[in-house]
Amino acid sequence: MRLGLADTITSIVGITIILLLVIVAIFAQQFAPYDPTEGSLGDRLKPPFWQTGGDTAHLLGTDLLGRDTLSRLIFGARTSLSVAVVAILVAGTLGSALGIVAGYLGGWVEMVIMRIVDLAFSFPTILLAMVLAVLFGASFSNIILVISLVLWAEYARMARGESLQVKEMDYVALARVAGVSKARIMLRHILPNVASSLIVLATLQVGVVIILESSLSFLGVGMPPPTPDWGAMISEGRSYVVTAWWLSMVPGIAILLTVLSFNLLGDALTELLNPARQP
Amino acid sequence: MQRYIVRRLIQALVMLVIVSMLVFIMGRLTGDPVALLLSEFSTEDDKALLTHQLGLDKPLPEQYAIFVGNALHGDFGRSIRGERAPALQLVVERLPASLQLAVVTVLVSLLIGLPLGVFAAVNKGSLLDTLARVLALLGQSAPVFWIGIAAMYFFSVQLHWLPTSGYGKPEQFVLPVFALSWFTLAAIVRLTRSGMMDALESEYVKLARIKGVSEVVVTWKHALRNSLLPVLTYSGIILGRTIAGVVVVETVFAWPGIGRLAYEAVMSRDFPVLQVVVLVIASLFLLVNLTVDILYAYIDPRIRYS
Repeated sequence: MRLGLADTITSIVGITIILLLVIVAIFAQQFAPYDPTEGSLGDRLKPPFWQTGGDTAHLLGTDLLGRDTLSRLIFGARTSLSVAVVAILVAGTLGSALGIVAGYLGGWVEMVIMRIVDLAFSFPTILLAMVLAVLFGASFSNIILVISLVLWAEYARMARGESLQVKEMDYVALARVAGVSKARIMLRHILPNVASSLIVLATLQVGVVIILESSLSFLGVGMPPPTPDWGAMISEGRSYVVTAWWLSMVPGIAILLTVLSFNLLGDALTELLNPARQP
Repeated sequence: MQRYIVRRLIQALVMLVIVSMLVFIMGRLTGDPVALLLSEFSTEDDKALLTHQLGLDKPLPEQYAIFVGNALHGDFGRSIRGERAPALQLVVERLPASLQLAVVTVLVSLLIGLPLGVFAAVNKGSLLDTLARVLALLGQSAPVFWIGIAAMYFFSVQLHWLPTSGYGKPEQFVLPVFALSWFTLAAIVRLTRSGMMDALESEYVKLARIKGVSEVVVTWKHALRNSLLPVLTYSGIILGRTIAGVVVVETVFAWPGIGRLAYEAVMSRDFPVLQVVVLVIASLFLLVNLTVDILYAYIDPRIRYS
């Protein structure tokens, strides 16, 4: 399956933006003109440089505490991306493992796992995250825990569905007859054949995680201040929409661009790897 | 069919019990409400007395049994804040505002999304199709709360067309519904479009065309009816995301619904209220999914009832 011209262009744009973001996030220290957590009260609420009153010292203006918006935005990329990568690794590994085990072993193991999956799906995500965030407090590892608890079920459901198909294949039957252990069959024969769907899901979920993480910050149960965080920046800027619009608009555009890029890449991957399932 | 419905009903009830247990345990672990209620001048005796009054000194299983027993009588405890109103009453008072918001959002999304999805599928590759795809992609890429704030900035602060927040007047619905509709609309357009494209290629549509049925009737009657199935399949997930969006949007627009109540409850560790909110939302969720499954069984006879 090949991509059409328009899809090729959009996926290249997506990948380029993602690469730039990753570079900016890794070298945040070098790119950011100021310390993202240190402000000077003399420079409070400065507008971006193109507005009257703004200057090139603070390209995207400053916030209520005089902190440089651009620097917070750059370090915020690091927060968003690291939360997304770690949470998806944790949830993806756990969910996929449970899903493959459920699909391959069947029986009561499958029933128990899938009932827990149903439970995870029947619980309103954002409320679960809010309750858990209050329960465990706000820190990086707790945010990862909260988001992973919300995400894993999706991988389990997909991995199980795919495993059910793969386990009927002749080569799996052959391996079983040859006396290969169950664990080895799952790891060596099932996993590689369900991996591509799981990778597509993971790509599409980067956007979901970034939005979820920023929503948690917006609701005041995300990364603790003064961590530079896009959701928290929007939340802080919300009360100043009238006087200082850039505080909430700039980080919002950053989220939009980032999530859009990952969705473009995910859509292209879906088309390349799973032409039949393309919505 | 009847056995299938009974089975699904029992399943939903078991789920509700498990959710109530989880909610109860989480609620008890969210922090010490006694410390929040007392002033800094309180003595240890005051603390012990209040702990006893709130029943927090009993073992957890007993607390849960009391919780369920009271819940069956409609007593979910009292809010630990302000007037200490009954938790259920607080939630019931706020429920209509949230339901209105969710229902209007889903209606608006269906009214715009279905025709748009059909047009996009019929005119595949046209400007409208591209527009619908871009719309769907954008709707899935922006956080609901930010769309809300951006819309507030643009339409209220800059253009002075609409009120920034509040609840009651029809014009106050516009911005929250606008913010919420993006995701719902995007999902409906995507599902309708792909469903329609499958349906238009199918044998029965070809047969209808051969029989001389006009293209309008083929599209809007024969094909659309069958492409509603995927929309129905995902309506549980779509509604779930809408409910999640409601929590956030209510916080943005000062909308007096249960979403904002949940936010306030979390902030003040008001767990009796939080428990009821989560239980009510989870029950709504289960009810919607149950309805969808039963409807689905009626509409699509191919479904297995096992």
